[in-house]
Amino acid sequence: MTRRKRTKGHLQGVHMLSRVANSIYWMTRYIERAENLARIVEVNRHLNLDFPGDVDRQWEPLVWITGDNKLFEERYGDFTEENVTRFLMADPEYPNSILSCLQAARENARSIREIIPSEMWEQINTLYLYMKKMVDGKLAAESPYESYQNIIMKCHLFNGLMESTMSHSEGWHFGKLGQYIERADKISRVLDIKYFFLLPSPTFVGSPFDNIQWAALLKSVSAFEMYRKRWRRISHKHVAEFLILDREFPRAIYYCLIAAGQSLHAIAGTPQGQFANEPERILGRLRSDLDYKKIDEIVDGGLHEFLDHIQIQLNDLSNATFEEFFAIRPVDPHKNAQRVASSQQQSN
Amino acid sequence: MLNLKDYDVGGFYDEVFDKDGVVRPGARLLVDRINELPQGELERRQKAVELALLNMGITFTVYGDTSGTERIFPFDLFPRIVEAHDWAHIESGLKQRIQALNLFIDDIYQDQRIVNDNVVPRELIETCRGVRDVCRGLNPPRKIWCHICGTDLVRDDSGTWLVLEDNLRCPSGVSYVLENRQVMKRVFPRIFEESRVRPVNSYPLRLLENLSYLAPEDVQDPKIVILSPGSYNSAYFEHSYLAQQMGIELVEGRDLVVVDGRVAMRTTTGFQRVDVIYRRIDDDFLDPTTFRSDSMLGVPGLIDVYREGRVALANAPGTGVADDKVIYAYVPKMISYYLKEDPILPNVETYVCYDDAQRDHVLKNLDKLVVKAANESGGYGMLVGPHSTKEDQEKFAVLIKENPRNYIAQPTISLSRVPSIIDDRFEGRHVDLRPYVLYGETIEVLPGGLTRVALKKGSLVVNSSQGGGSKDTWVLDNDDAPQADQGTSTGGAHA
Repeated sequence: MTRRKRTKGHLQGVHMLSRVANSIYWMTRYIERAENLARIVEVNRHLNLDFPGDVDRQWEPLVWITGDNKLFEERYGDFTEENVTRFLMADPEYPNSILSCLQAARENARSIREIIPSEMWEQINTLYLYMKKMVDGKLAAESPYESYQNIIMKCHLFNGLMESTMSHSEGWHFGKLGQYIERADKISRVLDIKYFFLLPSPTFVGSPFDNIQWAALLKSVSAFEMYRKRWRRISHKHVAEFLILDREFPRAIYYCLIAAGQSLHAIAGTPQGQFANEPERILGRLRSDLDYKKIDEIVDGGLHEFLDHIQIQLNDLSNATFEEFFAIRPVDPHKNAQRVASSQQQSN
Repeated sequence: MLNLKDYDVGGFYDEVFDKDGVVRPGARLLVDRINELPQGELERRQKAVELALLNMGITFTVYGDTSGTERIFPFDLFPRIVEAHDWAHIESGLKQRIQALNLFIDDIYQDQRIVNDNVVPRELIETCRGVRDVCRGLNPPRKIWCHICGTDLVRDDSGTWLVLEDNLRCPSGVSYVLENRQVMKRVFPRIFEESRVRPVNSYPLRLLENLSYLAPEDVQDPKIVILSPGSYNSAYFEHSYLAQQMGIELVEGRDLVVVDGRVAMRTTTGFQRVDVIYRRIDDDFLDPTTFRSDSMLGVPGLIDVYREGRVALANAPGTGVADDKVIYAYVPKMISYYLKEDPILPNVETYVCYDDAQRDHVLKNLDKLVVKAANESGGYGMLVGPHSTKEDQEKFAVLIKENPRNYIAQPTISLSRVPSIIDDRFEGRHVDLRPYVLYGETIEVLPGGLTRVALKKGSLVVNSSQGGGSKDTWVLDNDDAPQADQGTSTGGAHA
């Protein structure tokens, strides 16, 4: 039998099933995705509340940042608040709605419930049941704010349980890897929301009104207070710098890449700064790209284009992770090609 | 008002009250304690349990229900009590039965002595859907075919224990036995402690020992896995629960592959050898190269490796031959034939439609009998005569005449009843019992089992797919169970 070489002794409990590793990776990604989506919808509500009364409310940018605008237009048409929130929160047929994400997280968790602590499973299960009740209108009236906060807090609770009840062994590292890849991707999209969010006129750029929006954006990733300690005054450049290049704030892209790298290297036992497989190479290159980056370079080259580049790299990283660790390696490539293809159901 | 003071036994054999309404000895303590509970307390605990089961995700999906509704397997807080002397009788009967069944299966795939001696008609074996030709001449590890058996027992209107059917393929339900017990200990810690109930929590360990016992002899530290059809299977909760309790891997067919003449699982570091598979997939789906070629659940080449003795399967393929309801009718004869003993636990009286005289009797009495198809389970393919319409009976008459081999009939047993919580009162509901037998180095019967209860009023069908629920089964340690002290307890808050 073939077994790839790994540095011995770095992690206990080897021989994790590929399918199980894949499920843990996607379980945490979907939870992170649901949480971030709740944050994005909530911040947009705030942005709109802060808009001058005579300007149209904007919900279209939210759909644009998901990249699923075509699907939205087919199914809903108008970018009204009601349509957009239903699409993003409660649409069971849209695979990236909060409801669908929580369902996918739960199904992944269900398929590995003998692996994860029962507290984690119960937390995912009750979170999904809560969401389902909300969507079915069976919850006692809650304000939208309470609902989003509840989702976010329940996701936090899940992450806390994972931190403190699950052994930090191989499976845990796959979970963290998924979580940080997803988080980096979503931060890049939250930042990008300003690119899509139309200001009433160019004169608004740099105005107090513009700054209010940047502050709301920071709040959506729970970054406002930490940002204040670092920079005090709001400026779009500093916000971008904080959310992209900060190495200490856990919702900064750079931080996420470092954390993802630590888990990735823990899995294979490769020393930091080297690579032994394709995911390590892609992540290492992306990280080192940010090691010496200055925010002026990023802004001058176009923030939107830069964020787009990050998203593509993260996508490549996820695909390479699948190929390296989860793809069921066929003994006879012709006979088993079908089985491999059918196992990669989960997508970005 | 939820108490037992105005409970009505309704002319049935009630396991808690005799026909005069006097509490049976083994249930006295329980009844006293329940009656002591403050008003509303039992309802409150019942609701708390249901919510806990939902949050724990101990649910099943009903096949054919497209809305994908998940339901909890309804759980009734009022336990079912089995007195020690009853249990001793059941235990010895089940041990005797599984020995005979194993000898029978082995015989069928070897010399077929029982057929040659005309004890079981050859045609029944040749037409039996559970027979697997690939098993002929096979020597399963330790000569054991059926390692895990769930035999369904009922009590009739005199309280006599009868065997209703044997489940020798992949009997399910034991996880509910273990979970129900956990719940009961939390909900009724005091009653439970006082009642001296025999524990059930050693089951996963015994099962693991038995599985290890089957490993190929050259293997020092065997790798044991549970093979499940996956998370959409209705028994998936049980598969993952047992894997967790035993600390072994839960795998699906796509996790396994045959490499170098061994079964291996695909891990993040490559292939790892597997030695023993507790499979929860039916024979038909185990190996598409041997059985159904359209199976996506199995492992191509698995049976070849099994035949060469390089992997063990529990239960062995082919045990379905003894799971056929027509073959069931011959189990008492098997016991006499192989063991030279009289059956300890009788069968329910059974008419085999394959036999001309018995078929005539069945066709004349369809309104009184329960008719069952030989290879159906879960309460499907069944006619309950007294509860059926003329059209139902005519439909079954046609089915029986078309394929007499496939049907048996039994008198409608007036199943025993146990008080159950129905809305805000106690009502008697019919129950059965599925004890679990483990056949390894020794034969062990789990003291207890799954008590299934037909929650629909008047219903005799206890299957979860047909509105059944479950109860915790309390096998008492001895028949001198302690009684509630008179006058010491004023309230049930600590019950």
